[in-house]
Amino acid sequence: MGAKIKGSEILLKALTEQKVDTIFAYPGGNIISVFDVMMDYRDKINQILVRHEQGAAHAAEGYARVSGRVGVAIVTSGPGVTNTITGIADAMLDSTPIVVIAGQAASTALGTDAFQEVDLVGITQPITKWSYQIRRTEDITMAVAKAFYIASTGRPGPVVLDFTKDAQAGLAEYKPYSIDYIRSYIPKTDVSPASIEQAAELIDNCRKPLVLVGQGVELAGAQQELQDFIEKGNLPAARTLLGLSALSSDHPLNMGMLGLHGNAAPNVLTNQADLIIAVGMRFDDRVTGVVANYAKKAKIIHLDIDKSEIGKIVPCDVPILGDCKESLPMLTARIKKNSHADWIKEFAPLAQKEKELVIDKAIAPASGPIKMGETVHQVALQAPDNTVMVTDVGLNQMFAVRYFKYRSRRSIVSSGGLGTMGFAIPAAIGAATGAPERPVIMFAGDGGIQMTMQEFGTIMEYHIPVKMVVMNNHYLGNVRQWQHLMFNDRYSLTHMLSPMYQDIAAAYGFDYIRVEKRQDLEAGIKAMLAAKGPFFLEVVVEDEENVWPMIRPGSDVDQVYYGPQD
Amino acid sequence: MLTKYITDLKTELTMETEKKLYTLIVHSENVAGILNQITAVFTRRQINIESLNVSASSIEGVHRYTITAYATRSEIERVVLQIERKVDVLQCQFFEDSEIFMQEIALFKIITSVMMSNPEVSQIIRKYQANIIEVNPTFSVVEKSGKKDDIMDLNRELAGTGCILQFVSSGRIAITRARIEHVSEYLDKISRRFAKD
Repeated sequence: MGAKIKGSEILLKALTEQKVDTIFAYPGGNIISVFDVMMDYRDKINQILVRHEQGAAHAAEGYARVSGRVGVAIVTSGPGVTNTITGIADAMLDSTPIVVIAGQAASTALGTDAFQEVDLVGITQPITKWSYQIRRTEDITMAVAKAFYIASTGRPGPVVLDFTKDAQAGLAEYKPYSIDYIRSYIPKTDVSPASIEQAAELIDNCRKPLVLVGQGVELAGAQQELQDFIEKGNLPAARTLLGLSALSSDHPLNMGMLGLHGNAAPNVLTNQADLIIAVGMRFDDRVTGVVANYAKKAKIIHLDIDKSEIGKIVPCDVPILGDCKESLPMLTARIKKNSHADWIKEFAPLAQKEKELVIDKAIAPASGPIKMGETVHQVALQAPDNTVMVTDVGLNQMFAVRYFKYRSRRSIVSSGGLGTMGFAIPAAIGAATGAPERPVIMFAGDGGIQMTMQEFGTIMEYHIPVKMVVMNNHYLGNVRQWQHLMFNDRYSLTHMLSPMYQDIAAAYGFDYIRVEKRQDLEAGIKAMLAAKGPFFLEVVVEDEENVWPMIRPGSDVDQVYYGPQD
Repeated sequence: MLTKYITDLKTELTMETEKKLYTLIVHSENVAGILNQITAVFTRRQINIESLNVSASSIEGVHRYTITAYATRSEIERVVLQIERKVDVLQCQFFEDSEIFMQEIALFKIITSVMMSNPEVSQIIRKYQANIIEVNPTFSVVEKSGKKDDIMDLNRELAGTGCILQFVSSGRIAITRARIEHVSEYLDKISRRFAKD
């Protein structure tokens, strides 16, 4: 018989057993005994006190996205954990493995409207992969092992552990718990050789293939396997927003980004392709445009680990279920070498048209105010290849993802499915913590930054060397663009005042430069990248800049609008 | 299983708009909160559950849900995949009426004096092969198990005699006509695959 220890200590031991090295946390009454034990684990676990629990959840996401490991947040019950809900929902939609551990009223008080009691399992079930209430001290090691297993395997996602106060305080022997399998949960199925045969047959006989690369490739760590596959078949590929760094921007078969503000060539040619090979992506409505008219000429091969994605949006001809790190090499081995030279030639004129009508004006304007595209472009020119780019949501995000260059794996951290404004600052904190050896550059707008600006306190306290580029257009620019296009320029509540960021940066002790003129931009970026610690670069950009091209709402994927000069 | 969903999905997604009554049989671990997760899948897709029954199953520790809902085939296929995706759900399958044996049970509380004075009441009860399971001077209880239509017909005819005090009917319960027990097979397969020691 081992000695009995407190539930809170069992939790920390179980977390160390899961090799947790970082926790984003905020204390409170119903989790206080866990924080008490955390004090004894300061040498084993990096503990970061955020300034608001939403920050803890997004930081855990940022950590997970860059490291591929499970991000952990520990918060208190009631308002503490309801503040994490946005981050949990964000992690669910973007398949990000995080575990949120929350305090809870004592199990004897549940259902009595006890102080800071909420029905957390009830609230989080629809937005988690698994949500579990720990009511008994004896169950802690099992719950933690299951939580990490479920969050990190198969299609990753968020898990919530609702940890009652009496289970924290109770005494039990520490019994390590390890998981080989959960009988009701099969994280991945074996790849069916028959499906590989069918797919290879289609690939060998198609004339106009297009590979759609999603985040699943990054999650599987199958970047090389993907590259081998497209190179053997000489298959042109395009990436979704979250899949951007799964294939290097410099790869000759990389035809750009899909979607609403993606590149013209892959969007237009989606509807000319006779074969779509979708790898670890889910045909989001931002990618498909009007689904009824999407890729009508193409057969569809869908490689995914989650069988509920097969046929969810777009009918699938050949599903390849399983881990693409296994299925891609099987396909590569089976397909014939090919060139598709004529088909690949079709991308160039569209890319050229986009360059002339959109890109040149966005990244190299001759005069006028600074543009967001050129800001991102200038940063991309100077940033090291291993940079992690974190974005907020909105125009800043669309310009950032379009004009940044991706040369290393897991180099984009952005809120895709949920589109969470305020994501950038805490996610950048998480990214910098999860990949301390890599530079982290964050792009945000003046809107998003004001949503979670309190996390500057976290950056200050822990000297987190995040390079923050705030592109200030004095508008909630993405909504303003839609008001411009669809609501006759009626800019309802989209103009926004900013505080004096210079004073805010000074208050937090950040290095700060404000760039208003084009000739100062390059030097400003250089200073930012040379700085050791956190840096706040405010770039005053054109007020009413719009992002192009665009697949307007209600349009088909090939109806690309290049902007007013179209 | 999966091939069943995926075969011809393409044609079905584009052409099938006809709604019919499907029966879902779900097996899950016996943990709190699964019912919520299952019904939430229907709610999210705006599909009404017609009937729902929860019970133990033939396998210890495994719960069985029998759910009926009107939907198109493609809708029900999506629902099934979403339910199966839940971590604590073992298996979810859907069936048309021809693929299952199904029953419902109904209880009628009727006025004993009406039954005694009006011979039509006992004629109706006999005609529907219903059972009288309680008789006392005030009320009697009639039990009928069978198909929903039969039960509703019996209800209508008894109501015509003015004898009914209460009527209650269960949701559908169903067992499959298939020769293979899919859940047991699944569990066997899993334990063979993972039980190394």
